[in-house]
Amino acid sequence: MEMNKKMYVARSPRIAARMLGEEMLVMSGHDSTLFTLNPTATILWQAADGATPLDEIVERRICTEFEVKPVDAMRDAEELAENLARHGILLISEQPIGKPDAPAQGRR
Amino acid sequence: MTSLAARVESYSVVIAIGGVPVRVNTTDASFLDMLQNRYAGFVTDGGSAEFDFDVDLNAPAGIDREDVRVTQHAGRWSLERRDFRAEWEPAMRRGSIRQTANPYSIDAVLRIVHTLVLARSGGFLLHSASAIRNGKAFLFAGVSGAGKTTISRLAPVDATLLTDEISYVRQQGDGYVAYGTPFTGEMAKLGENASAPVAALYLLAQGPENRIDPVGEADAGRGLLGNILFFAEDPEFVHRAFQAACDFVHRVPVRRLTFMPDARVWELIG
Repeated sequence: MEMNKKMYVARSPRIAARMLGEEMLVMSGHDSTLFTLNPTATILWQAADGATPLDEIVERRICTEFEVKPVDAMRDAEELAENLARHGILLISEQPIGKPDAPAQGRR
Repeated sequence: MTSLAARVESYSVVIAIGGVPVRVNTTDASFLDMLQNRYAGFVTDGGSAEFDFDVDLNAPAGIDREDVRVTQHAGRWSLERRDFRAEWEPAMRRGSIRQTANPYSIDAVLRIVHTLVLARSGGFLLHSASAIRNGKAFLFAGVSGAGKTTISRLAPVDATLLTDEISYVRQQGDGYVAYGTPFTGEMAKLGENASAPVAALYLLAQGPENRIDPVGEADAGRGLLGNILFFAEDPEFVHRAFQAACDFVHRVPVRRLTFMPDARVWELIG
């Protein structure tokens, strides 16, 4: 994603997710692959409403949870979001994602 | 008036697994005999059935895949593997199977149908042995080689073996009930057609001693999901099966059972 452009993230509607104990388990509805999200990915997943830009999620949710510089956190969060999108767990876009029920793509 | 058309005899058998009766219709008497023998203990004397399947004993053409493919379109399920092709419409309560006269194809179809039926009500089929003891059912889950058959062979005489391979788990109220199945593993012995409330799930591991260890909820979920039978390439089915597994580990004690091939392991159970 280019610098200075907003990134929006949304939970894929094709993913089933559940917090078990302290861990977030997600399963692909396409091929039933099971993933366990780490704490940062869990925060990102929970905050991925399609309307909140990633930099706001990083500032409000991730930087407050972990002792990390915003610029480093943003870089890591973008990489993480793109990785989750490659697995079909998140949808990412440069525009707000209003209808996550629309045909799901790993990356818009 | 005498009809000139040849009369075709039709035979039926009702196979009830997990309390779900499925009627199989065939025109071949020897195939009927095979089904009655294969599912002995799970065959009922006619009566109503949840679903009817008509079997056409001809080899399906044009299917190359060795693994099963299960898809759904507009409420119609399609099940196919090299040795069978089946269609099933749950809303119509009817289906059809095209296969040769062998027990393996229809066995696979029944497993898939029951998997889909259970997913609608929070249940599942599980790669696990299961047995009833003192009125309670215990599940022993594990992949091939984990010890399902061994733990089944070591079961004491007062235990009722439900299966040594595929357990049938149905949600009932706030709990779960395990049913016997005719789906066999290495023992090649049908489970008893019985049921009991599930008291615990044990994730099997073989080791130098017999012991039970606690399992965290996430590990329990991963362990259970790794052993649930998934067939369908259908997001709704996967979602339901996933949620069913998560609900189960939230309600039922899950433990890790490490054991050596020694009947004393059953002193820890029940």
